[in-house]
Amino acid sequence: MTAEQIIFLIVAGVTLASALLVVTTRNLVHAALWLVATLFGVAIIYAILNAGFIAVVQVVVYIGAIAILFIFAVMLTRRELRDNTPQLNRNWWSGALVAVLTFAGLASLLSRWSGFSKTAAALPSGFDAVAELGNQLVSPDAFVLPFEVASVLLLAAMVGAVYVAFTRK
Amino acid sequence: MNFWNDPLKIAADWLTGIFVGWGMNDTAAHVLVAFLGVLILISILMVVDIFLVWIERKVVARFQDRIGPNRLGPFGLIQPFADIIKLMIKEDTTPDGADKVVYNLAPMLSMMSVLILWAVVPLAPVMLGVDLNAGALFIIAAGSIGTLSIIMAGWSSNNKFSVIGAFRQVAVMVSFEIPMLATLLIPTIFAGSMGMNAIIQGQDIWFVLLSPLAALIFLIAAIAELGRAPFDLAEGESELVSGYNIEYSGMKFGMFYAGELLHAFTFGGFWAIFFFGGYRFFGLEKVSPFLAIAIVLLKALVGYWIIMWVKYTVMRIRIDQMLAFNWKFLTPVAFVLVMVTALMNALLREASSGLYITGMILSNIIVGWVSLEIVRSMSRKERERVEGVKQVVEAHH
Amino acid sequence: MIPLSWYLIFAAALFSVGLFGALSRKNAVAILLGIELMLNAINVNLVAFWRYGDVAVMAGQVFAVIVFAVAAAEVSVGLALVISVYRRRNTVIADELDMLKW
Repeated sequence: MTAEQIIFLIVAGVTLASALLVVTTRNLVHAALWLVATLFGVAIIYAILNAGFIAVVQVVVYIGAIAILFIFAVMLTRRELRDNTPQLNRNWWSGALVAVLTFAGLASLLSRWSGFSKTAAALPSGFDAVAELGNQLVSPDAFVLPFEVASVLLLAAMVGAVYVAFTRK
Repeated sequence: MNFWNDPLKIAADWLTGIFVGWGMNDTAAHVLVAFLGVLILISILMVVDIFLVWIERKVVARFQDRIGPNRLGPFGLIQPFADIIKLMIKEDTTPDGADKVVYNLAPMLSMMSVLILWAVVPLAPVMLGVDLNAGALFIIAAGSIGTLSIIMAGWSSNNKFSVIGAFRQVAVMVSFEIPMLATLLIPTIFAGSMGMNAIIQGQDIWFVLLSPLAALIFLIAAIAELGRAPFDLAEGESELVSGYNIEYSGMKFGMFYAGELLHAFTFGGFWAIFFFGGYRFFGLEKVSPFLAIAIVLLKALVGYWIIMWVKYTVMRIRIDQMLAFNWKFLTPVAFVLVMVTALMNALLREASSGLYITGMILSNIIVGWVSLEIVRSMSRKERERVEGVKQVVEAHH
Repeated sequence: MIPLSWYLIFAAALFSVGLFGALSRKNAVAILLGIELMLNAINVNLVAFWRYGDVAVMAGQVFAVIVFAVAAAEVSVGLALVISVYRRRNTVIADELDMLKW
């Protein structure tokens, strides 16, 4: 058991436990805070995968914006100050069944794949992932078109969100 | 490579040697030495934080034409220690109905978000916590954790003023992250990398001379991120009975307060690193790393002094004025500045250095002047509209 | 060294937990929380395949960046809708939002 494996097991365990708490806790603000813990764990996994830029963007975008949006939305849509009512709907057992079957299906499907137990090749020395990512995001024979389409999508979402949530005084 | 050229590596190797000599595993020894290094850095930062309290009180006193603390010790130097003892022996209350875990976690997260910033600050060419190649973005990420801690503090205090103060503060912080991110792109364009060491090494000419408008916008956005005046609506005492701080007493409040001062000092340091050359000072930093550390600290203190100067001179701004200022002025100007800088950089990259500097400064001046003219004409129209209404009302009487 | 299977199993588990949350919760905001978990699992999968494949081919990371943008757009519009619905119907329980405007 190398140190990297131990770190991965600890981080993955904490992240999955936080995710379970997100979907089962009764207090919704606590659920949003457990989501923050889950997102942070996923950022650490990105760092273990040598994707440092993705890890930092995960913290900035998900924790700094999306999680805060969730906390605001939870606080603005509460009927009573403390919610202690059960948060699972009537058919939660079928949801659990579907989730377990999905996990079993995915695991068995992937285990039949030949590359399942591949180990990572070492990174080539002097490889700057950030510079390479930047180059490919704006290069015309790489990914500039999806990049621009994503920008248009964000603009549309911004306009839509402002319009939907706007109150006329 | 003797001690004076590379002190950290020599000390780390020596300690690792001792630990391995005691029979420890090699990687475990490395981890322990790294851990000890982090501990030492944090301890030094907290001691610096104590003296920041003293500096703050003396400087505000001088701005307000008085002397400041001078009873305890020479020049009042023992005063911050007395403050800490007072905070520690105060009763540690938890409001009734507050969410205990979140309430106690918030000050810790707030302090944590400031301390992790120092992992990427280059104190000397060889003294750097982590040389991240996305270092400039890491600063924004640490700011996000600070934002989260404020909303946790405000909500868990079970107090309406707390919640309103926290909402306002978070709205301001999230809004001002955008011009800060845009102006952080400008040193990235000049240096060709987001890593902190690369940005400092690329500053043969200080970036403030290449792009003064970017330095100004970064300073304004940083002051708003810190939650200091003139953007401290969320914790002004006459406004909101100190906002998310209300229900915190004793050392938890001390953590928020000291964390805010250290945050201001850190951003003074970042302003110096991104725009004023960091540890570079006409080649002095090559003499010894300790001189480089002294240069960084001195520049950070100058930046911190400017932030304090702004705080104790300018009036507080209302929340709607703050947000309008950000979305209608700072963000468009910052984005236009990034585009103009990228364009000028692409055009003038091959030109001589004098032409480069003149081109950049001229483009900055033009962008600043045009945006000020637009704002001036808009405010003139607004003033005429209000005057027109007033004249009609007066003629009516 | 960590085999690829660990990352894939972790992502599958995170995806299943998110699926359970999206299917079994009453509150609309909680359903969106489950969707966020699923999107994170997808991203972990993409970045793991980038790392364990040819590192020079950045398609995995580019795809992950696009998923970030899509997730942010979806959360903002979704939460705006939830808040707007709450203003009209005073409820965010998904079961109670079952009648169109009459």
